[in-house]
Amino acid sequence: MANIDVYGEFETSWCPGCGNFSILKSLKEALAELDIPPHKLMVSSGIGQAAKMPHYINCHMFNGLHGRSLPVAQGMKMANPEMTVVCVSGDGCSYGEGGNHFTAAIRRNLDVTLLVHNNQIYGLTKGQASPTTARGHVTKAQPDGAASDAFNPVAVAIAQKAGFVARAFSGEPEHLVGTIKAAIEHDGFSLVDILQPCVSFNKINTFSWYKERAYILDNHDETDWCAALMKAGEFPDRIPLGVLYRKMEPHNGDGVLLAKHEYAKSDLKELLQSFA
Amino acid sequence: MSRQNINIVIGGAAGQGLATIGTLFSKAMTRSGYNVLVLQKYMSRVRGGHNTFAVRMGVDEIVSPTDEIDILVALNAETVNLHRGELAEDGIIICGDDIDKGDVSGLLIPFNDLASKPLFYNTVALGVLGSVLCQDICYFEQMLSEAFGKKGNEVVQANLDVLRIAFDWVKAKEAVYDCLPVPQYGENKLMLNGNEAIAMGALAAGCNFLSFYPMSPSTSIAQTLIGKGRGLGLKYEQVEDEIAAINMAIGASFAGARPIVTTSGGGFALMVEGVSLAAVSETPLVTAVVQRPGPATGMATRTEQADLNLVLYAGHGEFPRAIFAPATVEECFYLTHRAFDLAEQYQTPMFILSDQFLADSYQSVDVFDLDALPDIAKPMLTVGGGYKRYELTEDGVSPRLVPGFCETLVRGDSHEHDENGRITEDGENRIRQNSKRLVKGCGLWQDVIGPDYYGEKGADLVLLCWGTTLGACLEAAEQVDNHSVGVLHFKQVYPLREEQFMEFLEEAGEVVAVEGNATGQFARFLAQETGFRVGAYVLRFDGRIMTPQYVLRGLESIL
Ligand SMILES: Cc1ncc(C[n+]2csc(CCOP(=O)(O)OP(=O)(O)O)c2C)c(N)n1
Ligand code: SF4
Repeated sequence: MANIDVYGEFETSWCPGCGNFSILKSLKEALAELDIPPHKLMVSSGIGQAAKMPHYINCHMFNGLHGRSLPVAQGMKMANPEMTVVCVSGDGCSYGEGGNHFTAAIRRNLDVTLLVHNNQIYGLTKGQASPTTARGHVTKAQPDGAASDAFNPVAVAIAQKAGFVARAFSGEPEHLVGTIKAAIEHDGFSLVDILQPCVSFNKINTFSWYKERAYILDNHDETDWCAALMKAGEFPDRIPLGVLYRKMEPHNGDGVLLAKHEYAKSDLKELLQSFA
Repeated sequence: MSRQNINIVIGGAAGQGLATIGTLFSKAMTRSGYNVLVLQKYMSRVRGGHNTFAVRMGVDEIVSPTDEIDILVALNAETVNLHRGELAEDGIIICGDDIDKGDVSGLLIPFNDLASKPLFYNTVALGVLGSVLCQDICYFEQMLSEAFGKKGNEVVQANLDVLRIAFDWVKAKEAVYDCLPVPQYGENKLMLNGNEAIAMGALAAGCNFLSFYPMSPSTSIAQTLIGKGRGLGLKYEQVEDEIAAINMAIGASFAGARPIVTTSGGGFALMVEGVSLAAVSETPLVTAVVQRPGPATGMATRTEQADLNLVLYAGHGEFPRAIFAPATVEECFYLTHRAFDLAEQYQTPMFILSDQFLADSYQSVDVFDLDALPDIAKPMLTVGGGYKRYELTEDGVSPRLVPGFCETLVRGDSHEHDENGRITEDGENRIRQNSKRLVKGCGLWQDVIGPDYYGEKGADLVLLCWGTTLGACLEAAEQVDNHSVGVLHFKQVYPLREEQFMEFLEEAGEVVAVEGNATGQFARFLAQETGFRVGAYVLRFDGRIMTPQYVLRGLESIL
């Protein structure tokens, strides 16, 4: 097992009390328990508070554009299938700006793990509604309350039969570590939607709000699609934590490392002759 | 004087197979040693509409498509009506005997007598055309055998029989057209279009990753890459949108792939933020933008040169780039290869700016010389201690390490960052890193391919052009009476290096910009960069390619 210290300790720009700290620590623990050395890990992120995560871990990282962390992560995985590829971003980034990439990544089923810090609000831009903000939630940008229904990411992922769909909570770190480990170990696309209180901008979905509703799944058949959908549908009255749905299917991708893959000149010459 | 080249236009509705006849014919002519240049015009629909496939061929190089038709092969009556007026004085029409070709000379083909069923009509047309031009049947036989080989011997034989009947039918009649001179050499040539040449140039450069979203007229680059490249190990993905395409390519490039993204104006507009990301993260990326008329959806299957401004300025913030605008199929290949080399050397976005005309224009070319291509720059896979991804260097280029092959960690960042790729808002660091990226532009500037100048220096008139308008300018230049005419052509439109061309402009009597857009984008850009203003413009933006005739008409009012 790798020592958790290899992933480093960095000063963050997060607010004291933010759920992100617990997620960061849990991720490092999961990586250590999986014995993934920093140079075998690539973390891709978008833009937002959550998306700063890779700056706080010793690893290969690419901190790209708002909403675009998944395409980058999938490109990385295709280029270098030997790497563990993890994608970390907020709910706005992953489900709003990057919504099209989210559903496409599920369908594409490359071996990439998506960790979404779901605080049901836009943190970095100071408190506007996100796709997971509840209808009626009042913000400075939505003074009459958010007008749209909230996006249910796990329900959508299950509906699309994503290979691994889990929900976790930053307030249940031990469970979170186990869930992240299982997601990374899953051979194919995996989603962990991690509920994360934003102490600065979300005064509704607070730590205690989550705590009251969350419970760890027990006796749930992860391979039962209908049961998984039912569980996903409990939100927001109750919040089942754990792996909601799992489907074992060979993922896409191969073992070729593109950095080392070159073409023989004779092959190229032959190809050119196909135009003769 | 015998004819130097002829322009054959095959016209009909989509779905009638005119592209099949056209490509088989062009390829047969390429094999027999002719130079060929194809101009395809088609409507954005799968069936019906009116399309043409024009083949201009000759013993000498063909530089441009032309408006004048020597032989019109009409697959329907509409073609005769639409194009009769474009026939040369001694032009002829070849069509079915059920079509009224008026008093124009030519041939009425009794399709029913020559072929047992309509399935073979295209082969009849091919045979008649070949025979009218006094060509050797053997190349046509080769083409049919290759084209129908997969369908089995019977199908091949049936087509060969019909071909022979069509050839003989023409021979039994009086000659309707002068024969072309026979090429001296039957050298090994290739025939491919601009998009195929971009794809092959990319493969020759070791491109092993493609992410794309289909958009005419760029799609055949992707399809060629996949068709030809997947056997070599190219990985490819048709993604959910162009934003994913460019971001996925950036991720792949960061992780060691050599990617290309291919698109057209609308798709490129979506990619713009990604261009900026490639620039700030210093991730090598080649993007091919194949222009069609805009704004927005514009005309999907027509041509234009109106996306220069978009590509020149794409991306927020300031960073260096290079833009190549090939004029010919050959340039598509070599410039694409070069773009890959520069992308890796300078770790900043590179663009190929082509257009629908070139995308679909089959041209005969000498076999690309792979052995003469320079080796492409490569990133490092391993490195010793003290590595900094964004290390400050004199030329701004920081050695690029691909993550994953040694223990050194690599950080790529979209934010402003320090030498180690750590996010920072420090003002001094910002100046250093931003300057470092911009300084790479000096190297790119040193490496600029200067424009080609054709004709005498100090000509009365210089035609200033870029990309695909070259051919029309060259041919028009030869036909202007009483004035000496030069042509200045840019195949790299950015950056510009004044010392490479200012004298040609300053010594010219008058400079006329010839462009396939409505506002003279390149001439205006040149003025902004150099202060030099052209005297007049010949602009075309009806969705059709610039032709020599169009240039000459435009010059009439200027000279
Ligand atoms: C293209 C683009 N649009 C908008 C932004 C501004 N922006 C940055 S982060 C963000 C939302 C952040 O919310 P979320 O993704 O939920 O992450 P959090 O900060 O809550 O962790 C927005 C709108 C941006 N950086 N880029
Ligand atoms: S704004 Fe919210 S999400 Fe961001 S660091 Fe502060 S508490 Fe955490």
